Amino acid sequence: MEEYLRPTVIGLMIFIVFNALIIASAILVLAERKIMGFIQQRFGPYLVGPYGTLQPIADILKLLFKEELRPKGADKWLFTLAPVLAIVTAFVAFAAVPFGAETTLFGLLAEPIKLGVSDVNVGVLVVFAVTSMGVYGIVLAGWASNSKYSLFGGLRASAQMISYELAYATALASVILIAGSLSLREVVDSQSGYWLGFIPKWYVFLQPFGFLIYVIAGVAETNRAPFDFPEAEQELVAGFNTEYSSVRFALFPQAEYINMVTMSAVATDLYLGGWHGPFIPEQYGWIWFLIKVGLILFAYIWVRWTVPRYRYDQLMTFGWKWLFPAAVINLVMTAALVLYFNA
Amino acid sequence: MIPLSHYLVLSAILFSIGTAGVFLRRNLITILLSIEIMLNAVNLSFVAFGRAAGDLDGQIIVFFVMTVAAAEAAVGLALIIALFRHKESLNPDAFTSLKW
Amino acid sequence: MPETVAFYLFAALAVGASALVIGQRNPMYSVLLLIASFGALSGLYIQLDAPFVAVAQIIIYAGAIMVLFLFVVMLLNAPREDAAEWDRTHPLRQPGITRWGSLLAGLLIVQLALALSRMNELSAPVATRTDAATVSSVHELGRVLFTRHTFAFEATSILILVAMVGAVLLARREDHA
Repeated sequence: MEEYLRPTVIGLMIFIVFNALIIASAILVLAERKIMGFIQQRFGPYLVGPYGTLQPIADILKLLFKEELRPKGADKWLFTLAPVLAIVTAFVAFAAVPFGAETTLFGLLAEPIKLGVSDVNVGVLVVFAVTSMGVYGIVLAGWASNSKYSLFGGLRASAQMISYELAYATALASVILIAGSLSLREVVDSQSGYWLGFIPKWYVFLQPFGFLIYVIAGVAETNRAPFDFPEAEQELVAGFNTEYSSVRFALFPQAEYINMVTMSAVATDLYLGGWHGPFIPEQYGWIWFLIKVGLILFAYIWVRWTVPRYRYDQLMTFGWKWLFPAAVINLVMTAALVLYFNA
Repeated sequence: MIPLSHYLVLSAILFSIGTAGVFLRRNLITILLSIEIMLNAVNLSFVAFGRAAGDLDGQIIVFFVMTVAAAEAAVGLALIIALFRHKESLNPDAFTSLKW
Repeated sequence: MPETVAFYLFAALAVGASALVIGQRNPMYSVLLLIASFGALSGLYIQLDAPFVAVAQIIIYAGAIMVLFLFVVMLLNAPREDAAEWDRTHPLRQPGITRWGSLLAGLLIVQLALALSRMNELSAPVATRTDAATVSSVHELGRVLFTRHTFAFEATSILILVAMVGAVLLARREDHA
């Protein structure tokens, strides 16, 4: 019985994570509109359900009942493949992110299982690799739609994403230098404990600029404001998803929200101590994880509706000439300090 | 348990597919893609031999082969762009002006 | 047993995708099929206890080089009918050459497979020959890379710099008004 229990529990955990991501994207739809509303001094959606909480269901139903269009010159396979690629890479990226400490499920299991879909010893690189595959969803959507707005939007979005990957990877490398391991679980575990009894040993205190660079690069990677020129409604009609409708369209914002969740989760694991926190026993650390991810997501939405968006050339200049050199300087200084304090 | 010979035969098949692509296709981009297939076949061979010897040397060589392949793909594609601007064609037979 | 299934699955995907790459008329499909082939190879690297190489394959090949190819294919939108025409009028495409060439290639591969399977050292399973701990450790890989192969590492970084400058220079427009 024991040998069937463990795979069942693991399967259940994967199922829960998968559905949690889908529900998270639905909650984010609502959260975005409510927070946007409050920032703009109005109520967000408030008609559907108590305080508008059933609004995502109404949105999804509306999108499902729309007509599935495909432009005449659009490439038959690639037009459908592009949103599929976007959503698949979004889900797979979260598979390498751990979200809790080990648990034995109240003593049910003989050996504890680690809370996370998988635990690879190169976890950081796996997340980076899969998010860099997310470029294909967007560039193929732009090209396969056979329309000039889509093509420009797709090319610009993918150029932006691959440019900000440099700063992203360099900020990642700085944290890995301090942590000494590529496994996300080990990076989180090395942040347990406190200095002076009350300051937690999170890497955000050791690497404040690295954290800032990472978050900015993460926002640019997920094509969110202020870096969302390629998909902005006022600029390029709707960029790469101009020609998409109904289900194929719905997958793009969902992929974007899940990418947001993954970026926030990785930022939490790398810089904010993951699931470590006071007042809660180690087994329920995933509660702290959810709180921290929620705070970062709130910051994402807050920044979107507060800051004006960058023009495309300003965006690329910022990424290449400011953010990447800053990340490199951060890496060099981190390497020097690690060498000094370990010698 | 996979014997080493399986990996080597797979590498040989991929390499020959790449070679066939270089010889038989008349599109500059497809020729470059076939060269990438050949490089990957060689990478697989290196990693398989490295694993069989219990060493890290196979992976080190693959690290450098990947870097060189990236550099070569970048320069090759820049050349293709320059050629295309000159003649509006991606056929290698269009660039035979040095032949007598 | 699941390893054997995984190996044959990845191998079939790699060979099938690569064969389709060289057979496609549309270069966009070729690039995407090659990405699938790279993914299959990455799976094979994981089976060979080389996780860093597997992830580097996805990051470098599938995530960067293929994006570059995709951009160039989209920028140079050469019509597909011309490609078919060129392939048909290729001088190597005579029936005799293709038939005998493919027969020879098939014979060589069969001969290689037979020769390899006769050698005893190569017929032992790869994964049981030595311990996987040293080979799959990224720590160890970094240590060897930066101590024994420092010169090659630095030379490669200069190579990348040269390639970057060369690519920018070659693809530049010549019309300076």
